Amino acid sequence: MLKIGRFKETLVEGIIKTSGIASIFVVTLIFFFLLKEGVFLFKTVHLHDFLLGRSWYPISDPPEFGILPLIYGTLLVTAGAAVLAVPLGIGAAIYIAEVAPPKLKEILKSGIELLAAIPSVVLGFIGIVTIVPWARQFFHIPTGLTAFSGSVILAFMAMPTIVSIAEDSLHSVPKSYKEGAYALGATRWQTIYRVVIPACSSGMLAAVMLGIGRVVGETMAVMMVTGNSASLARGIFSPARTLTATIAAEMGETVQGSDHYFALFSIGIVLFLITFAINMTADFMIHRKRK
Amino acid sequence: MVTPSPDCNDLKDRFASANQSGDGVKIEIQNLTASFSNHGALDNVNLSIVSNEILSVIGPANSGKTTLLRTLNRLNDLTQSFQMTGRVLLDGRDIYKEYDPVILRRKVGVIFALPMPLPMTVFENIVYGLRRQGVNDRKKLSRIAEKALTDAYLWDEVKDRLEEEAPKLSGGQQQRLCIARTLALNPDVILFDEPCSGLDPISTAKIEEAMMKLKSQYTIVLVTNNTKQAARVGDRTAFFLMGKLIEVGETAKLFTAPTDSRTEGYISGRFG
Repeated sequence: MLKIGRFKETLVEGIIKTSGIASIFVVTLIFFFLLKEGVFLFKTVHLHDFLLGRSWYPISDPPEFGILPLIYGTLLVTAGAAVLAVPLGIGAAIYIAEVAPPKLKEILKSGIELLAAIPSVVLGFIGIVTIVPWARQFFHIPTGLTAFSGSVILAFMAMPTIVSIAEDSLHSVPKSYKEGAYALGATRWQTIYRVVIPACSSGMLAAVMLGIGRVVGETMAVMMVTGNSASLARGIFSPARTLTATIAAEMGETVQGSDHYFALFSIGIVLFLITFAINMTADFMIHRKRK
Repeated sequence: MVTPSPDCNDLKDRFASANQSGDGVKIEIQNLTASFSNHGALDNVNLSIVSNEILSVIGPANSGKTTLLRTLNRLNDLTQSFQMTGRVLLDGRDIYKEYDPVILRRKVGVIFALPMPLPMTVFENIVYGLRRQGVNDRKKLSRIAEKALTDAYLWDEVKDRLEEEAPKLSGGQQQRLCIARTLALNPDVILFDEPCSGLDPISTAKIEEAMMKLKSQYTIVLVTNNTKQAARVGDRTAFFLMGKLIEVGETAKLFTAPTDSRTEGYISGRFG
């Protein structure tokens, strides 16, 4: 009897262990595959020229593989999205967690979950027919396919992540902190601003970082609305192209084993490192909160 | 045994005048009935709290003591399902109609059962309420903080630790910090909600000592599960059972010759 029990225990432990290790194993495999395919580029192209080269002409003769415009495009679109999504998202989270009456709270929460469920291609499509023409007319620019349009769409995609994680962290603030502040004659806003938010600031930062992580990795919607011009964009109101969109747009046209093919994998490595850094920062902040 | 407090006679005089002219009554609770999502918590309570007295409120669990206390500075407003009827008058004015809750809570401070220092330094905890009122003069804040900490019997222990994070203090120190924080606001009334339930006897003695001294300046309501504590510090004691006020009277009388058999049962430890 005892033996069977112990066998079961070992079996379950083994299964759990395997699933745990499997996820890490797969990630490691993906990373090595990326690395293996990506490094071949650097036989012909210098790392410096790759990261800081100002032109991306992969099919000219001779080809140029400078991804600076793409990195710039990604940063531009991401920054724009962050500027829009962070204040809105944090504001929405505070409203939902602290201010909204219970019924409205439920409605808003399901609304935001719904926003998270919209496929990115649908958002991109909506962006093309609404935001793009609107931006062209409103800002009097030659085309609405700009980094700005991408930022707006991405802000919508980052919002659900930011709101739900920020709201969770607001909820984790002990009720007694709030009562303590109220009992000292603080108003609702003073309590939120001086006690609740400082108490969960690391959770809030994690929410922002994960939202930004989502934005950096997003492909389809961005590709549809940013205009995909791989030149160093002059500003937020000119067309831009992101790292992700470049891979998605060009992967189908490359010959396997060509420099272009390897260059796209190298972009993949850069992207991987960026999102990895963002997620690590977020993770670090969440753990600091738990301490 | 219970010894009546020395100023008992003085208090009696004040009651007499309170009953005749309404003078000396700090808080007047009239026909207060309260419930949480249709679950009754207080049932038609009428009670006067006199200026500069310590009123002990005793009773078993679920007797409505804490609800009563939280009604007095409207902390129950924060609970969605809370409903009440009746009136609570502070200095003759209805706290639910004629006071802004923020102003009310500055006048009626509360000390919770679990010390709840805010996640900031000792000094910032003390001056938190003042800063929210727009006081930012460092000298003034320091002066008020020192006085508040002295009155709460804490100054000697923390005068060199003012910039430390408040949650690092010991439990007893945290509780006295919370008292000091309330004193810094210069309230009229201080509500204590089982302030010593998590503390050791020495910390308890210090807090009781502080309370005895504070009543010369403040009106104090002490909710406690410790009947001995009620007997030690209370000028008057009110006994609650199932949301009803069973009996209220001078502490010495209530503990030696209660008029209601249920009061006697509770204080002699037969139930609760």
